[in-house]
Amino acid sequence: MSTAAPAPDAPRVTAGIGWQQVVLPVATLAIGIAIWDLVVRIEQIPPYVLPAPGLVATTLVSDWPLLWDSLLVTLTTTFEGLALAVIGGTGLAILFNQSRLIEYSFYPYAVILQVTPVVAIAPLLLIYLPQQAAVLACAWIVAFFPVLANTTLGLNSVDRNLADLFELYGASRLSVLMRLKLPAALPYMLGGLKIAGGLSLIGAVVAEIAAGSAGAGSGLAYRIAESGYRLDIPRMFAALILLSAAGVVIFFALSAVSWLLLRRWHESALAREP
Amino acid sequence: MTPAPRTPEPVVTLKGVAKRFANGTQALAGLDLAIASGEFVSLLGPSGCGKSTALRLIAGLGEPSTGAISWRGAKPGARRNGLDVGFVFQEPTLMPWTTVANNVALPLALAGVAPDIAKERVAQALERVGLSQFRVAYPRELSGGMKMRVSIARALVTDPPLLLMDEPFAALDEITRFKLNDDLIALWRAVGNTIVFVTHSVFESVYLSSRIVVMAPRPGRIYADLAVDAPFPRDESFRTSAEYAGHCRVVSQALAQAMTGGGP
Repeated sequence: MSTAAPAPDAPRVTAGIGWQQVVLPVATLAIGIAIWDLVVRIEQIPPYVLPAPGLVATTLVSDWPLLWDSLLVTLTTTFEGLALAVIGGTGLAILFNQSRLIEYSFYPYAVILQVTPVVAIAPLLLIYLPQQAAVLACAWIVAFFPVLANTTLGLNSVDRNLADLFELYGASRLSVLMRLKLPAALPYMLGGLKIAGGLSLIGAVVAEIAAGSAGAGSGLAYRIAESGYRLDIPRMFAALILLSAAGVVIFFALSAVSWLLLRRWHESALAREP
Repeated sequence: MTPAPRTPEPVVTLKGVAKRFANGTQALAGLDLAIASGEFVSLLGPSGCGKSTALRLIAGLGEPSTGAISWRGAKPGARRNGLDVGFVFQEPTLMPWTTVANNVALPLALAGVAPDIAKERVAQALERVGLSQFRVAYPRELSGGMKMRVSIARALVTDPPLLLMDEPFAALDEITRFKLNDDLIALWRAVGNTIVFVTHSVFESVYLSSRIVVMAPRPGRIYADLAVDAPFPRDESFRTSAEYAGHCRVVSQALAQAMTGGGP
């Protein structure tokens, strides 16, 4: 066969972010902060009820060393929980995929673990486990299910004809898993990872709050609880802002990982043709 | 047209092959077919006549409910890993996550062929389908026709004596289909392999084949076995010739009778 085919039309992968997507949310934020500041000034609300945005900002700076250390503690828990969730969720999904028997035996319990509110499990875990382990377990419990569910879906979403082709060429189970099922499941796994990242942070925070003053914790959520008892509301706000920022950064970091891995081939990572 | 001549050593023989699916559908009833080495056989019929099922059974994807398939004397299951059959699906069926070269190399990789030998054979296969310069492209960067060429290159990379094709060009536009038809004939004549080609197009089957097996539906069975004795190479002039039109008329009539359910 011969062909004088044209050069491949490289798909546009550089999605242009319109200025509106940046300017509009920033403007909304600025207006919101201005109104907040105005309300506090006009109503003369005391800082232990609602601190002015300026005071929150100064607290963020003045308490930075303390808050930074706390942030690192919470982030460490979050990433450890996420890493264990990825290992556990992916591993379990592969196991389920290889054996119906194992899937039928364990899947319902994975669901039960997921639907039971973590905030209700946390106090129990804190009784049975050392505090750090309990916090980590909470992060893991909420983060692992999306990885498990999405990876399971991905492993079962293999193109029928490709599977036939592998059978035709006498591929081993390991070959089918490594060369066909895992690559096909990758977009689903990464989708699960994006959800799991946020959930892992929530799990860590819930457990820290549940541990409260009883523990010797020092994470950001613990700082929020502690500030609440001391009526140090500006620090509560500062810690909360840091937590939100951490959640946003985690989401964008995982989105970037997903984009990097899928940009050459998956529809989700490709911009529409203009 | 005359009944196709039988050569002594068939590549594949089907004897009384029937297939009933688990849901009770009788896909095939008593298929007897011998495909000789070097033939280009089209299985032609309406949807539901079991032509794709027959092709899958020949490939060894699934077992017949009754009857037997022998592949140069051996059962299809026995030649797994033997790399002596290539299969092309209606869809290109490429792995989207890897390059054209890796897609074509798949059968060799699964058979554990050494990478340096595999690389050379992949280069040859891509050369044959005219896609040498697209080695490192990803499937989604290619047009539909080019993807199908990659799929054909992958089927050819093991140099299979038997190439099975399941409506490979059905989803392509006519211009691309005509081009690939010509390329396929050239390839078949150059390689000298045996091709079994499933199609629902009378015109495509007449243009390509040395022999057309017309199948009837519900249950799937062979209705007529016709030789297309027009000489190769065939080209655009054949497509407009009276001989081509004559063959098409005979095959169309056989197909119409097969669908209304008259006896052969």
